[in-house]
Amino acid sequence: MSDQSHARSDHDLAPGEEEQHSVGTRILGYVVGLVLALLLTATSFFIAGTDLVWQPSIPVALIVLAIAQMGVHLVFFLHITTGPDNTNNVLALAFGLLVVFLVVGGTVWIMAHLNANMPPMDQIMRMQ
Amino acid sequence: MAMTATAGHAHADPHHIGLVIEHPGPASKRIVTAYGFWVFLLSDIVMFSCFFAAYAVLSGQTAGGPKGSELFEQRNVAIETVCLLLSSFTCGMASIAADVRNRFWFYLGMAVTCLLGLIFLAIEFREFADLVARGYGPSRSAFLTAFFSLVGCHGLHVSAGVLWLLTMMAQVFAKGFRADVLRRMMCFALFWHALDIVWVGVFSVVYLLGSAA
Repeated sequence: MSDQSHARSDHDLAPGEEEQHSVGTRILGYVVGLVLALLLTATSFFIAGTDLVWQPSIPVALIVLAIAQMGVHLVFFLHITTGPDNTNNVLALAFGLLVVFLVVGGTVWIMAHLNANMPPMDQIMRMQ
Repeated sequence: MAMTATAGHAHADPHHIGLVIEHPGPASKRIVTAYGFWVFLLSDIVMFSCFFAAYAVLSGQTAGGPKGSELFEQRNVAIETVCLLLSSFTCGMASIAADVRNRFWFYLGMAVTCLLGLIFLAIEFREFADLVARGYGPSRSAFLTAFFSLVGCHGLHVSAGVLWLLTMMAQVFAKGFRADVLRRMMCFALFWHALDIVWVGVFSVVYLLGSAA
């Protein structure tokens, strides 16, 4: 079978693999990714410890920053793009994300309702 | 390669009409391997999402014990985060060096990645040992159980990654940049970058949200 390490046929890209670029361009991509990731991380740590912003907005801001940073990692480090040669990788990622959101969102949703609708522990004890 | 291409073409155009869309044949082994590993990584991330869900549910159940804001030291977490980010970068440099078959930069990139990973593990281990010594081990409360299993699971992945990294260096040393070694190297780079993505979730949800709340 075609076992050449660089047998990049013209139809698909492996995940993590870039389109053919020069070494300089590839290094530049990683540098841009690192700078963006460091900026987003610094913002996260700053927001978490500051009194300058409205306090209830902090959890939302932290989650948005985390999702943005995951996006930066996906694009600049894992090289997942929207190009036609990346369709398979993006579809697998989309399915993974669907399961992740079902698991996390579903758990948090159900357990929060369960907590809200359960009587406090001492009341349960008295009912017995 | 040539045979596959011919066979593929014959199937696509049995009557030699000449009106076929180019049929490139099966994907190369490099693509198939990396795609399979990508699917594994996604399932790994699904497993982590279960730990995240458990932590989100249990983070308030401290059973009279300490809350996250009383335990976490932001300075340590910041150092850990910078270590992992830089190691992702050096891992990228090492995979570029492997692609252009430059041994010196490959070994250098991998060695720095290994060092940063070990610093991360040392800080995390010290944090865990400190918590256990103060009596706040995983059995203290549901919150601490969820904390130790989520962060510990990520730490185990990093430990496995460091072992894999050393194996890759040894394989390049012994076998050179062969096609199969390069495929493994690509999978390792995917693994390491994916761990970094999980860590972004960990430090945001566990440490920063925990100390903000």
